Amino acid sequence: MTKVFVPMDSAALSMGANEVAQAISEHAAKNGLDVTIVRNGSRGMLWLEPLVEVETPAGRVGYANVSADQIPELLSAGLLNGDSHDSCLGIVEELEILRNQTRITFARVGIIDPLSLVEYESHGGLKGLRNAIAMSPAQVVAEVTDSGLRGRGGAGFPAGIKWNTVLNTESDQKYICCNADEGDSGTFADRMLMEGDPFTLIEGMIIAGIAVGATEGLIYVRSEYPHAIDVLNQAIAIANENKLLGDSVLGSGFKFKLEVRVGAGSYVCGEETAMLESLEGKRGMVRAKPPIPALVGLFGKPTVINNVMTLAAVPMILADGAASYQTFGVDRSRGTQVFQLAGNILRGGIVELPFGITLGELVDTIGGGTYSGRPIKTVQIGGPLGAYLGTESWDVQMGYESLAEVGGMLGHGGIVVFDDTVNMAKQARFAMEFCAEESCGKCTPCRIGSTRGVEVIDRIVAGEDQAKNLELLEDLCEVMTDGSLCAMGGLTPLPVRSALKLFPADFGIKVEVK
Amino acid sequence: MSNYSEESILNFLGPYKGEASAILRSLQLVQELLGYVPDSALDLIAKNSNVSRAEVYGVFTFYSDFRSTPPAKVVVKVCVAEACQASGSAQLISELHDKGYDIHKGNIKDDIQMEQTFCLGNCALGPSAMVNGAPIGRATCERIFSATSAVTA
Repeated sequence: MTKVFVPMDSAALSMGANEVAQAISEHAAKNGLDVTIVRNGSRGMLWLEPLVEVETPAGRVGYANVSADQIPELLSAGLLNGDSHDSCLGIVEELEILRNQTRITFARVGIIDPLSLVEYESHGGLKGLRNAIAMSPAQVVAEVTDSGLRGRGGAGFPAGIKWNTVLNTESDQKYICCNADEGDSGTFADRMLMEGDPFTLIEGMIIAGIAVGATEGLIYVRSEYPHAIDVLNQAIAIANENKLLGDSVLGSGFKFKLEVRVGAGSYVCGEETAMLESLEGKRGMVRAKPPIPALVGLFGKPTVINNVMTLAAVPMILADGAASYQTFGVDRSRGTQVFQLAGNILRGGIVELPFGITLGELVDTIGGGTYSGRPIKTVQIGGPLGAYLGTESWDVQMGYESLAEVGGMLGHGGIVVFDDTVNMAKQARFAMEFCAEESCGKCTPCRIGSTRGVEVIDRIVAGEDQAKNLELLEDLCEVMTDGSLCAMGGLTPLPVRSALKLFPADFGIKVEVK
Repeated sequence: MSNYSEESILNFLGPYKGEASAILRSLQLVQELLGYVPDSALDLIAKNSNVSRAEVYGVFTFYSDFRSTPPAKVVVKVCVAEACQASGSAQLISELHDKGYDIHKGNIKDDIQMEQTFCLGNCALGPSAMVNGAPIGRATCERIFSATSAVTA
């Protein structure tokens, strides 16, 4: 029997992976070939999808950009033996781009069958949970604190400190909420992990529950991710059957229930307090802080809210120890970051690396520059609320503080590349327009400022009274930054100001920009 | 509510009876069943969850996923966010417009409806689209219509 791997990651599906799997199975049946098709996650080299792999004695041999039409030809060329062909990459794990990565959170993604708990365990899964069960809750929290793990959702708040607050707050009920409302354009690491290795997230959430004394977990996933929702629901059912979830997690006596909740097309629900409102069935209106959700969260109870990537880093920290995770990274950015290379990029996808790699290395060396072949004009890091940076920032190290120093923001680690055909006045206008469209409307700077922002940018571009309108835009940006309740209104000025500062010519500016 | 009586909808909402926290899930359930949320369903949800109609209406109008009219047989979501802008989504959107589909208005033509969306999480293979839930990477008019014709055929 030969094992053939055809990814079921959405990105692979978007390039025809289901049709490829079907073609392989049909041709194998017709020709009496003994083939088992495994639907794995994606290796993250999305420009190679569908990337079909065949198990051989030498290792897994890959074939890139396979289409269903090609299957008869590939099978006669000896695909099942890993024979050479134009689309053959050789042994996948020996590819330079994979060898150079440090896969901790994504250690199993693309390798195992995402819905096989047996494979999950044989690839190191559940070790962290077993260690956590044997420790005291305070010890688990200390381990996470010592690892230096910071919130991967964007704010970078130390996870251990948040957990400690919830642990030390008395309550009859506490919750673990996973923020999987990955709405930032250019980010897809959460989706890939949920589709490619859902048990890692489940294990991370159980550990969080044990650590802080929470018995219920909720995963808030956006409705734009139907495949991730499907995989998570299947994984949770398997976890329940195998007593990984339920009244006594792995027979430990700890209780933990887990449920998926689906969003309904609102970007602002990725903001943690809006997410809580949405989980309570209401409009996704942002709450004023304080009180912080760690004290007064879901239904008023102490709640840990962490991003998918944060929770998915936890099992490895508990399995290998805080010290091991600490060894990666720079300064106060410890561990690894799953960077997402997106937009106009030749080799797009995810790469997991310790913090500290430079922006230029990521975009040029790993990403290979633009897909269009034209020069890069700018990159936007950290989603729609992130700053635009030019190639003069190529030497900046990727980390929370180092990016902040050049006026940027790491956010969720997504990097969107634009070539020289982009008009930055349009991008700045879009940032304001997006904010107007998605604002929850609770606070004035965001609700009204975003609409006024669109108008002022239009006037500047039209050449109307530029000096006065530039001053007005600057004033507006200041009010939005300082006066908004959450990051939606508070960070929208970031892309606007950076676009204007770096590329005033695109705005038709004839006066000096302050 | 052609195929569903009020009674059967209330039946489906049964597990959420008296739960004010289930407004969003109730709306999602109705839309899953009917493809949209008819006006009368707002009253049913209000009754079932023991909240006012205004509260249900507030939730219904906040989230862009909800429809007040039935969708077309094929719904195409086209990403308008930054990563897809960088990969030429404007060109695609204008070509779709020339074929009679305005993604901002979501008009229905030949059983097909095209709508804008902010990010489908396929940002390395843009422009990105989704046809009745099936993702399409490196989307072109040709690739989109080949997927829609597979559904309408």
